[in-house]
Amino acid sequence: MLLIHCPHCGPRNETEFTNGGPARSTRPEDATHLSDAAWVDYLTVPNNPMGWVQEKWWHNRGCGMWFTIERNTVTHQIQQAPDHVG
Amino acid sequence: MQRYSLLALARHALSHHQNWQRAWRQPPLRKDYEVLIIGAGGHGLATAHYLAREHGITDVAVLEKGWLGGGNIARNTVTIRSNYLRDESIPFYVKSVALYEQLTRELNFNLMYSKRSMIDVVQTYPKLREIRRRMFNMHNHGSTYEPISVDELRRRVPPLTGGGPDARLPIVAGMVHTDAAVCRHDAVAWGLARSADDQGVEIHQNTAVQALLRGPDGRICGVETERGTVRAKKVAVAVSGHTTTLTETLGLRLPVKTFNLTAFVSEPVKPLIDVIVNCPDIGVYLSQSDRGELVIGGANDPGQSYRRDIKQHVFEDAVVAMLELFPSFKRLKLMRQWGGTLDIAHDASPIVSKTAIPGLHVSAGWWGGFKAVPAGGYTLAHLIAHDEPHPLIEPFSLDRFKHLDYVLESGTTAAR
Repeated sequence: MLLIHCPHCGPRNETEFTNGGPARSTRPEDATHLSDAAWVDYLTVPNNPMGWVQEKWWHNRGCGMWFTIERNTVTHQIQQAPDHVG
Repeated sequence: MQRYSLLALARHALSHHQNWQRAWRQPPLRKDYEVLIIGAGGHGLATAHYLAREHGITDVAVLEKGWLGGGNIARNTVTIRSNYLRDESIPFYVKSVALYEQLTRELNFNLMYSKRSMIDVVQTYPKLREIRRRMFNMHNHGSTYEPISVDELRRRVPPLTGGGPDARLPIVAGMVHTDAAVCRHDAVAWGLARSADDQGVEIHQNTAVQALLRGPDGRICGVETERGTVRAKKVAVAVSGHTTTLTETLGLRLPVKTFNLTAFVSEPVKPLIDVIVNCPDIGVYLSQSDRGELVIGGANDPGQSYRRDIKQHVFEDAVVAMLELFPSFKRLKLMRQWGGTLDIAHDASPIVSKTAIPGLHVSAGWWGGFKAVPAGGYTLAHLIAHDEPHPLIEPFSLDRFKHLDYVLESGTTAAR
């Protein structure tokens, strides 16, 4: 079980949270002028490294906050995501 | 190939079974092949077998990082079935079940194929609606799916004593899929390997592929392994969970995420359940193996993960769910638990496809890939041999994402 640091409640058990999937890059500003390949890439292709991913979690059995952490897909280590990631 | 038969068994008994031929050779690794298959798991070995058998292509090497049959072919719950939802999926799995049925004879290797029905225990009306929809679609494609009463369900699955009228989720209906079967997973790997080897395919264990190589013309030209460079005109990647790890060595990104899926077995007990029981509303399914162990599977760990162990609470959730319906199982000891890595595509359907790199083919996105081993290998072999997809896998090409033409599948066992 992961020990996840909720920005509001502090460290809590993983069972209090729901995984919200990978944090995606920001939606392209001008989607109509984007190439099809870039649009499909944005919609369907996540980062899938053996290493650090940024992912969203929902503290639904706690304070209800959504936030983003960085987690290692091999070691399950967790570190705080940079501030600009949301 | 030394054939296995009762007569051979008797003859070898005379020499105290000292002279059995090895099931597959260990040839030296050459520098050049026509086709390289990465991954000696179910799909990789089935591809090699059908390449040789159906298309006469035998200048093939199967490269395996660990040992043969040590990947997800050893980490599944041995369920073979074709109760899917989509018009694209059902014919593919119907074909796979049909190929499995003749595989023991074809490989001269006893897969311990045991045809037994799968019974779905339905506990919510939304699931009942979804399953009825599946039934109508399956009937169009010649697969079997029939409703049964709750009384009949309890008669056929005696230990199912939970889910009564006062339960959190009372059982509302049952469905029977009579085509479902189980078989011995190791035997699938060993039988396919023996047959492929006999037809001239080389299997190289402990040969981890580190990178894919591309020629100056942009085509795939081989792979870099820990035992040196091996060249080939065509390369197929069949490495569940690690597909992107390999394709990204050429900068090829794929619409898949890698997850960890849990399974576990109980101590062996006397015959108790002769069907496969699937409980989609609580996300658990089980069958009893020939050794008497209950083989139990649950839902996946929802975050991306490349680990092969499992999280205790994911495992506990599956156990708690199972005990709701099978309270007597709380006396069973659980013997082994494990996880396997799957790469799940954006629409949860498999990918058997060419890629943007000429000569590079991938077989990925398998969730429940064990049941798809023969059809997956059969169609991938067709793709490699003809450079055109077999009609059964046309809907499962990577191009579907380009056109946002998803095959949204909800027929995976624990999909809720």
